[in-house]
Formats: sequence, structure tokens, C-alpha cells
Amino acid sequence: MSKTKSKSLWDAKIVSHALLDCVRKLDPRMMMRNPVMFVVEVGSVITSVLLVRDAMRHVPGFGFDLQITLWLWFTVLFANFAEAMAEGRGKAQADTLRKAKSDTLANRLLPDGRTEVVPGSKLRSGDLVIVSAGEVIPGDGDIIEGIASVDESAITGESAPVIREAGGDRSAVTGGTRVLSDQIKVKISSNPGETFLDRMIALVEGAERQKTPNEIALNILLAGLTVVFLLAVVTLQPFAIYSKASQTIFVLVSLLVCLIPTTIGALLSAIGIAGMDRLVQHNVLAMSGRAVEAAGDVNTLLLDKTGTITLGNRQAAEFVAAPGVSNDQLADAAQLSSLPDETPEGRSIVILAKEQYGLRGRELGSPQAQFVPFSAHTRMSGVNFDGRVIRKGAVDAIQRYLSENSSYLPKEVQATVETIARAGGTPLVVAENGRALGVIHLKDIVKGGIKERFAQLRAMGIRTVMITGDNPLTAAAIAREAGVDDFLAQATPKDKMDLIKKEQAEGKLVAMTGDGTNDAPALAQSDVGVAMNTGTQAAKEAGNMVDLDSNPTKLLEIVEIGKQLLMTRGSLTTFSIANDVAKYFAIIPAMFAGTFPVLNALNIMHLATPQSAVLSAVIFNALVIIALIPLALRGVKYRPMNAEALLRRNLLLYGVGGVIVPFIGIKIIDVIIRVVGLA
Amino acid sequence: MTFNGWFQILLYFAVILLLTKPMGVFMAKVFNRERTWLDGVMRPLERLLYRLTKIDEEREMSWKEYAVSMLLFSAVSMLVLYLLQRAQQWLPLNPQKFSGVAPDLAFNTAASFTTNTNWQFYSGEQVMSYLTQMAGLAYHNFASAAVGMALAVAFIRGIARKEAKAIGNFWVDTTRAILWILVPLSIVSSIVLISQGVIQNNKPYTTVKLVEPQQVPRAGQDGKPVVGPDGKPVMDTVTEQTIANGPIASQEAIKELGTNGGGFLNANSAHPFENPTPFSNFFEMVLIFLIPAGFTYTLGRMTNSQAHGWAVFAAMAILFFAGVTTAYWAEARGNPLLTATDQRASTMQPGGNMEGKEVRFGIANSALFATITTDASCGAVNGFHDSYTPLGGMVPLANIMLGEIVFGGVGAGMYGMLIFVVLSVFIAGLMVGRTPEYLGKKIEAYDVKMAMLYVLIFPLAILVLSGISSLTSSGLAALGNSGPHGLTEILYAFTSGTGNNGSAFGGLGPNRWYNLSMGFTMLVGRFLMIIPMLAIAGNLAQKKSVPPSPGTFPVTTPLFTGLVVGVIIIMGALTFFPALSLGPILEHLLAGAGKTF
Amino acid sequence: MKRNLITAILYTVVTTVLLGVVYPFLMTGLAQLFKDKANGQLMTKNGRVIGSRILAQPFTGAAYFHPRPSAGNYGADNSTPSNLGPTNQKLIDRVETDVASLHAENPGKPVPIDLVTTSGSGLDPHITPAAAEFQTPRIAKARGISEAELRHLVAEHTEGRQFGILGEPRVNVLELNLALDEKYPVLR
Repeated sequence: MSKTKSKSLWDAKIVSHALLDCVRKLDPRMMMRNPVMFVVEVGSVITSVLLVRDAMRHVPGFGFDLQITLWLWFTVLFANFAEAMAEGRGKAQADTLRKAKSDTLANRLLPDGRTEVVPGSKLRSGDLVIVSAGEVIPGDGDIIEGIASVDESAITGESAPVIREAGGDRSAVTGGTRVLSDQIKVKISSNPGETFLDRMIALVEGAERQKTPNEIALNILLAGLTVVFLLAVVTLQPFAIYSKASQTIFVLVSLLVCLIPTTIGALLSAIGIAGMDRLVQHNVLAMSGRAVEAAGDVNTLLLDKTGTITLGNRQAAEFVAAPGVSNDQLADAAQLSSLPDETPEGRSIVILAKEQYGLRGRELGSPQAQFVPFSAHTRMSGVNFDGRVIRKGAVDAIQRYLSENSSYLPKEVQATVETIARAGGTPLVVAENGRALGVIHLKDIVKGGIKERFAQLRAMGIRTVMITGDNPLTAAAIAREAGVDDFLAQATPKDKMDLIKKEQAEGKLVAMTGDGTNDAPALAQSDVGVAMNTGTQAAKEAGNMVDLDSNPTKLLEIVEIGKQLLMTRGSLTTFSIANDVAKYFAIIPAMFAGTFPVLNALNIMHLATPQSAVLSAVIFNALVIIALIPLALRGVKYRPMNAEALLRRNLLLYGVGGVIVPFIGIKIIDVIIRVVGLA
Repeated sequence: MTFNGWFQILLYFAVILLLTKPMGVFMAKVFNRERTWLDGVMRPLERLLYRLTKIDEEREMSWKEYAVSMLLFSAVSMLVLYLLQRAQQWLPLNPQKFSGVAPDLAFNTAASFTTNTNWQFYSGEQVMSYLTQMAGLAYHNFASAAVGMALAVAFIRGIARKEAKAIGNFWVDTTRAILWILVPLSIVSSIVLISQGVIQNNKPYTTVKLVEPQQVPRAGQDGKPVVGPDGKPVMDTVTEQTIANGPIASQEAIKELGTNGGGFLNANSAHPFENPTPFSNFFEMVLIFLIPAGFTYTLGRMTNSQAHGWAVFAAMAILFFAGVTTAYWAEARGNPLLTATDQRASTMQPGGNMEGKEVRFGIANSALFATITTDASCGAVNGFHDSYTPLGGMVPLANIMLGEIVFGGVGAGMYGMLIFVVLSVFIAGLMVGRTPEYLGKKIEAYDVKMAMLYVLIFPLAILVLSGISSLTSSGLAALGNSGPHGLTEILYAFTSGTGNNGSAFGGLGPNRWYNLSMGFTMLVGRFLMIIPMLAIAGNLAQKKSVPPSPGTFPVTTPLFTGLVVGVIIIMGALTFFPALSLGPILEHLLAGAGKTF
Repeated sequence: MKRNLITAILYTVVTTVLLGVVYPFLMTGLAQLFKDKANGQLMTKNGRVIGSRILAQPFTGAAYFHPRPSAGNYGADNSTPSNLGPTNQKLIDRVETDVASLHAENPGKPVPIDLVTTSGSGLDPHITPAAAEFQTPRIAKARGISEAELRHLVAEHTEGRQFGILGEPRVNVLELNLALDEKYPVLR
């Protein structure tokens, strides 16, 4: 949520574009995609034709018919305007992106080692290019040689440069970003027109927008309702003729347009576009609307412990000395072993030693001092200094080291190790000259507020599972502290995959974040896979969303946006249908009170005249579209609560409200019409 | 409205409430093929039946095969009923020597009874031989009810099963419905009804000598009184009354139990031979709701969500009370145009609008019966809806328009209600921000499409055919009343036909247009609606089931009940309000203003 | 499809025999437990069947209680309601005509509604106690007995609600008229 690129809703430039677009969208071929509004357009055309005919014949009541016709057209235009507004907001974003895409030149590496200059747009997947400081990276790819700081602000909006290097999980670079220092060799991974930037532009513009499953289902419902109302209105004429009270086409079309769910019909695609747009504002790119919808449906969130639940790094919290060893002794050794250790853990040990035991940092200037870095083989680090051989590492590594030196780990130390692990900490054993001195307690720091967040998710029916490489004891303790529902300890990529499959077999939808190449299969398997932008190209390809901020916590916001999208649709559908009650009470008495004055009993709003009643209903029906555009674009307010409470709230607001509001609205419009003298 | 009147209504509801669980449990056992105490008698009979008809009881069917089997059975048995009517003059058990039924009427009646509608464009005691009544009409009362129950069970299985291809065996479900439920209950019910005075014999009609011979004006060929040379009407002396007979009780039982409603006699359950006492009336009303109410419990049991079953029951109960309250209020108020009469309730009389009603039932029981018979798709009547007050008559009409889902027809009410539940859940699901789920099954585009098709066919048939009838001379010629009431008669006919109810605003008489169009719309209202319903069942069955979580909208709470009621009323009202406003609503307002037609 | 078609045909035949023939004949057999009721509760007088206890038959003479009007002229082989709608002028006219003739015999008293409305079956064997009370003066006069005596007889033939709860209080017209003839014969 930190930095949203939100714009004012009524940005002048967007509005003026939308005004043009809404006329362009009158093209029946485009209107046909929206059956509800297409019916309105057909109705408008019919009344227009009749209006011209009536004008030539000087039929009385022309003023009323003209107003009805105009407002019917306004109804169509307002719907188009809503869609154009939503698209306009996306386009504005796309324009910014397009600037980054201005064609770049690439130094393509030839097989013989020489380079040739080619336009970036000519690069194909598999090509190797050299990019030096100051140059723009010509296409998406992975660094296969070198390290560089890269300015990715064109895509992420974040001005601070990021480090990209060959190998590991930070090797992906994106076309359009700029190398600030050093030189890298990049293996291009996308073909022209398929780059990340291309996809992103297409996405925010809504060009590739396909209807999502729920949107299709809702569209069917709305089309069905439209047919029902079409039937009700078309067959009303025979009944009216039977009753000797036949109606004009203008009134019948008015009734039809008022009854069919124009409100939601007009705003439906805007809601969908706006949902994508909201994600983009959160710096998340969804590869499909389907993914956004699925996010709202997620049952299980797989969250990586590090970075999501805990702060990225563990910190030393305590020194626990072995029997016969003083804490100072331990702290001293620990500090010495960590002085050259530039890892955050290492630094935190130095700081703890300084703060708790007043041990100042010392220069290990002496040439005898020999730093032993962590290696995957020994899984220890340490220092050889002044004849002291200090090692620190995980308990099993130190145990092996001790037994090599025909020593052993005292029982007490063993016990300490277990206590720390059970409490969710990471024990780091320190040994000097083959003797265990004690344990450093490295602690995971759970992010503030995360527990409340999980409680909200639980209320919404979403289960959280923490994924960690820690041992089960440690994992359990952190899981408890963070309030997650479950955890997967010592997780391998396969474990993760199995868990996803198991959840899915139970019919659940699973969301996860990931960055590494080994996350790719799980990202692909999950229903919502959010790849970190800093991650590898493979991860980004496998997931269906990319978080440009590379913030794993973002998953929670993505879920909320997904839910908000569905809720907005549901609420406006309810509102739209509920509105019909008042419209009936406005139009039916107006239609027949002329022939049967007793039917004025149904005119409970006491609308002035039949003409003003029909007109008021039509005007209300049109204006409510405009009035709800902001709601459609922003989405209905989301509050984390259980479904029952949420439904009660939304039913009250949009269902009951939807019944009441038009009674008031139509009455007010009727009064205005009477005052102005329109009918 | 009187205290006693309300007491009877509440007593009735209490009895239904008490019977719901035992009936529901029994039906669940029967359809799950679990052991019941009737197995000793019925199991051998069942096996014999399967052997004779080449049914493999272990083989389950996809929804498509289920639908095809159902259609084949309905087609064959409908054809048999048609032929039986056409040939009855050559067949036995025809003591009154009735001739064969005319082709268009025979088609109408065959369609009517095959579809569980029991719309009757004939007067039973004047047209149908005992054989036609027993082996044709009463037979279909069993068959169409059993088919309805089978379909509802298939639908429930669709919800309950996970990743399954099959939804049961149509023949087995139908057979078990007949042998375990319909036959035993019919036998017991027949005896109860006979004990109250419903007749049961195969005798020719009885002629009796009147206590007081009557002078009646002679009617000429044109139906008008013949005038003698002295200018006075010619009088005939009538000394006899002919009394109809027949195997009525055996048909009466299944007529109510199977929510069929087709009377043996023209006056249906208003006739003292079909419904002789207040208790027989009460008993018949209980039979109408017995199976449909039980199905709510069966639903809960088969889907392992008893609370959901009760939530559905509650929704039905709310709509039931809304209907009966309106009808009772309207009928008890009486007819404002009959100013010179005493319509007030007192200890001496129930008062109210007594045209078309029987004294032994009074207003409360007549309003209650009209509500029940149209809540369910029964269509039996103990008072004639055409003569009800405009609003009192609108209640049965509106009940059918809502889809007969207030307990509803046997089976048909259940699956009709569940379609509305699916739609409610869809809208509710969106409002809570999830892809809608119903008892763990995701409701997706296909389900919505089929549900909308189901919802759409109904008004399509009703409104289009009513529209045509209200403009054409053959449509208007058959009307028994004019003005808004005439429009209501048309609307009621097609609503009753499409809804497979069978009750009528009986002033509308038969002619070729109505025989054919009604026959057509009854078939549409049954079979065209069943197919999308079964498609949903088949589609739901093959889905995975998502375990419920706090994020899924619970279908067991009062909020759910309220939502379903709201969706049903809004859908029904929005579809039919314009038509109703020119029919009963207009008539009500005009009657208040003293206008007659 | 073919297999199910064969089953459909066989099934129709077999179940028709079971449900359309065996079942109703079984019930007709069992009905003999209630021989009188199963045959329409026919009443005899002097060895002749004179009617069914539960079906109305016409009475128009001043000395008899009149049943409710019948849309089907008390044809017990052709039961029918009027099917007249509440706003139908024919209904209003008919009721007004009947009310007028009833007022002629018992002026000033409001006419109980059931006495001027046709029943659903056209064969309603009952009238309300109010309708019986309304006719009492006429019959008492025609039979030359006191109204009190007559009221006593009516009360004897008034059925309360079944089990004290169900239905409405009512008077069986045929039974009452037969009792009337028995107890207070008209002198011819």
C-alpha cells in the first residue's frame, strides 16, 4: 500500500478522452458484447426512428417523446463513458510505460565473440547481448555473466537502483530498464512483442481483456434477466390492448430500459478493468483477469516465512554459555568470529556483544587473523586468530567438528540448543579450539501487525500456511507467534508442490509467492502465483502475477482486491435489480391511470403526471450510472469479516438501499421536472 | 378472520412440521437403498418388477441417460393414456357408456396427467369411464409423482456427490418412490378417506327419487327457456336425481399425495363425494404437503447439512404464511359488491366471500386449501378460484407464478426451489467476494446458464401464450368473465398449465385453441424445464467439493432464508407484476370503486 | 436408448397393471369395511332410495329448508360451480334477485351470504346455522308451528366443528327436511 500511483478519479485528460470514446463505442459491433446495453441501444434507435416519423406527422406529445429518446441515448452513452473512463485510467499508465519502450540498440554477441549493433526489437529468445553502464537493457532476459546496479524505475516507479547479478535468484532483468554501473552479459528470454513491457502495456490498456469466469456467469444472469423483462414488457402490450389501454412504443421502451439491469450492465466491464487497475496501482501485474478473480477465491495462502512473516534477517538476541564458561568469554569468541562476517546475522552478533558486554569492535588487523568464511561443505564460519580457532555454526555442523577434534557437545549445551529451537530461535553454537563455549540465540523477528492480519484472513475463511526451511520445532514456535494456521517446516520445493496439490485435491484454491527458479513449478501449480520482480525469469514466467515491489506481504492485498472485484459486481447487481421495484411503481400507474384512474393507488410516490413519472424513471435510470462510476472504479469498501456479516452488510446497503434510493431519486427528479416544466 | 380459522391454519402447519422429519428420513432411506421396515413386502415385489422390465438396478446413469429414460417413459405412458381415452367406449368398466374422448381433448388430458398438471378441460363424471380414470388418470397420478420424486432425488445427489459421473438410476428411483412411498401411503389414505365418506365402488350411477319434486323451466336447444303459447315458460316436473359413482377414494388419495389434483368429479375436492368432511379436508391438505415438506429434510440428510434442509423449509414456510394470510384476509372480507348480504363472521356463519365455497369448509379452510394447492403443484380445489375475491384469487395465481416452490409439487417443488437457491447463492457469493459455492460446489457459468434457462422458459410460455390469447378471437371466446377478471382467467390458465398446477379459473372453457396450447405449454413447463435442471445436477455431481469456511456464505442461517425468499419474490414480482396489475390488482381496485363487468 | 425404450414400454405395462388395476380393485374390496360410506351414504324412505345424505337436492317449497343455490341445478352426475368472478355483473344480478325474493319472506333481516351464493360443487349438503335461522319464520308459518319448536329441531340437526376444531358449524338440509316431514308433516 506504501506507494500507490493513484490518480484523481476525474482526471481532466482521462475524462476528455472518455467523452470521445463513449461516442465511438456506440458501434453496434462493440455494443453487442454487452447484451444489456445493446438492448438499450436498439431501443434508442427504435424510438429515434419513430421520433423522426412523428416529427414529420406532427404527432402530439413530441416534446415528451423527444426527451425520452434523448435520455435513452444518454443511458447508452453513460455506460460507454463508464467503460471509457476505466480504460482511460489504464491507458494513461500504458503511455508512461511506452516511453520506456522507445527503441533501443543492442550489442548482440556473435558466436565468434565479436558484437554487432542491432535494434532491440530484432532480438529473439536465446540471443546474447552485452549491456554496459548507461545503456538501456534491450529486452527481458537473465544475466549470465557479471553484476550490475540497475535503475528499474521505468517499471516499478522505484528510483533506488537494484543489484542484479548472474546466478542465483536475482538474475532477471527487464527490457527498458537502465544499467547504472558495470557491464553484464544477458541472455534474452523473450521474442519481439512478447516482452514483459509489451504484456504490461497490453494489460493495463485492457486490450487483451478477456471476460473472467465469474463475469461470464454474471453476464449470463444479466442477459437472462434482460430476456425476462423483454418478455414482460412485450407481452404487456397485448394485455394493455385487451384492457383497451394500449401504450406507445416510447413508454414501452422506457419501461423496458428501466427494468433491465442497465446499472450493472453499464458498469460491469468498468468494474473489471478497474480491478486490474487497482492491482497495477499496488505495483502488481496480473497476467489475466482470471487470476485476479481467483485471488478473491483463495482458500489457502502459502507464505514464505522470511520476508513475509518475519523480517528478512535473524538477529542475535542472547548468549548462553556452556557450563564452566563465562558469558563474557562466549561473547568475546562470538564477536571475534563474527567481526569479518558481513552477513546481517554476523553483524547482529557484534552489536549484541557490544551492547550487552561492552565489547568494542576490534580491528583484526594482524596478519595472523584468518577468516574462515561459511562454506556449504563445512557449514561453519569462524576465524583463526592468535592461535585461537573459533568456529560457529549450526549444532550438527559443530557437533561434527567437535567429534573430529575428539571432543563432544556437553549435555547442557545440547539442552540449550533445543530450548532455543523450541522457542522459535536459531541456535548457533560457538566452539573454540575444539571446545564448545555456548550458544548464540538468533531470533526471528515477526513483523508487527502480521498476527492481526492473519486473524482477519481467518475470519474471511482463508487459511495461512507458513513455509520455512527451519526445523519443525523452530517453525512451530514462529507459527505460533505469528498466528498462522499451519506451517511446512524444512520445506523443499517438492514438499511445497505436494502441499499445493493436496490442498487443490480438496477443492481449495492456493496462492503463493516465490522468486527462485526452484519455486517455478509450485508457482505454476498454484492458482494464484505471485512472482517477485527481483526473482528469476523462470519464476516470473511460471506465476500469473508479478509484484514489482517484490514484497511478499502484497499477497494479502491481492486477495482483498480480488474479493473487492467480485463484491462490487455482486453489490451493483443487487442494487440494479432492487431498483426495479420503484420503477414499477412509477411507470405502471403512469401507463394505465389514464384509462383506469383507480390504478393511481399504485402511484405511491405521487408523481405529478404520467409523463413526468415515466421521464423521471428514465432519467433516474440514466443518472444512476454516472453516480455509480466512482464506486465501480474504486470498488465497494472491503472489510475483513466473515461471509455472513459481509452479506448482511452488503444486502442492507445495496439490496434494501437499492429498493429505497430510487423512490427518493425518482420523486426528486419528478419535482424538478415539474418545476422546470419539462413534462 | 376468526380465531378458530387461524387455529385451524396453525394446527395444519404444526402437523406438517411434525411429519417433515419422519417423512424425510424415510425417503432418504428409500432412495439411498437403505433397509426399511417395508423391505419384507416391497423388496420381492421390486425384484420381480425389475426382472419383468429388464432393469439392472445396480447400473447408475449419467444425467443425460437419466433424462432420456424419463422422457421415454413419459412419452410411452402419455401415448397409452391418449389411446385409452380414445378407445374407452370399446373397453370394460364403462357403465355409463361414455364415448371416446375427442382427439384434441384427449391430447390435452394426456399431456395434463403425464406432466403432473391435471388440468381438466372435461367433467370427469360426464366424460371418463372408470377404466380411463383408474388405469389412465389415476395411474399417471402415481407415475408422474414418482418421476417428480426421482428427479428431485437425482438433483439432490448432484449436489451431494463429489466428482461423480452418475446421478442414480431413473427406473430404480421411480420404482422405489412408487413401492415404498406412494403405494403404502395411498392404501392407508384411501381407507381414511373412505371412513370419512369418500366413495369407492364400480357401480353404475344411482337414480334417486327426490323428496320434493321440482318444477323446472324446460330448456330449448339453444339453452334458453322454452316459452309456451301463453307467454309463460314451459315447466317440466323433475322427480329424480342421478348420483355419480366410481372408484373415487383410491384416486383421491394419490391425487393429493402426488400433488396431482385431478378430480374424479368435476367439482374436485369441493364435491362431498371427494371431500365429505372437515377432517377429510384436513387430511387431504396434509397429504398435499406431506412429501414436499419431507423432501426438505431428505435434502438435509442426503447432503449432510440438516440445518440447510431446515433453512429451505423456513423459506417455504414464510412464503406459505404470506400466501395464506393474504388469501384468508381477502376472502374473509367478502365481496364489496354484494352489499345487500350479510358477510360478517359470527357464531352462526363464517361469512366472507362464499361464492364457489362449501359451508363445511367455510372461509379459513377454503383460503388455506387454495394456498396449499398452489404452493404445491397440486391443483385440487375445495373452492373455486374463479369466484374468489380479486386478491384472494391472486394468491393462488402468484403462488404458481413464483414457481410452486413453497413445498411445491412432489419432487418438482424441491428441484424448483433448489434452482432458486442456486441463483440466490450465486448473487450472495458475489456479494461476499467469492466465486459462489453451494454446499461446497462452485456455481459457475454453466450452472447459471442452465438455471436461467429454467427460470426463463416459465414466463416465456406463460406470457407469450397469454398475450396471444388476449388478442385472438379463439382466445377470448372461451372466457367465462370479462374485464380484468377475463384477463386473469387467461393468465391463470397458462400459469397453471406451464407451472403444472392444474387448478383453474374455471370460467375459461375448452376450445381447440386452449386444448392444444394448454397441452403444449404443460409439456414445455414440465420437460423443457427438467432438462436444464438435470444438466445442473449432472454438472454439480462431477465437481469437486470445497470444504466450507467462514468465507463461504452459510446456507443454514436466517439470512440465507431471507435472501432466498427475497430472490423468489423479486424474481416473480418483477416478471409478472405488469400482467398482474392489469388483472387482479386492477380488478381489486375497480371492485372497491363499485365497477362491475 | 433402445434398451431404455424397451424398459419404458415394459415398465408402463407392468406398472399400469399394478397401479391402475390391482390397486383400485384392492381398495374397492377393502372399502366394503365401510359399505355405506363407500356407496355414497344413500338414504331410503319407504323402500325407495331418496338421496345421498351428503349431497344437496333441490327444495323450493315454502315448507322446506332450502339448500344453497346450485350452479348445476343439483345435478349429482354433473357437479359444477358458477365460476362467476367477483365483479361479474351476472353474479351481482343473481345475488340481488335472490336477496330480493328472500327479503320478501323475511324483510329487514340481512341475508346470510351462503344462502345466495352457489357452492363449489353445486351439491353442498349444508347451510350455515345463520341461513337456517333466516328461513325459520317461513317454514314455521308454512307448517303452522312455533319458531321456537323449529329452532329446537334445527339445533338438533346442527353439526358443530369436527372434533370441536375443524371446519364450520353447519346444518344438513336433507336430513333436516326429512326430520321436518317426520315430526311436523304438512297437512295436505
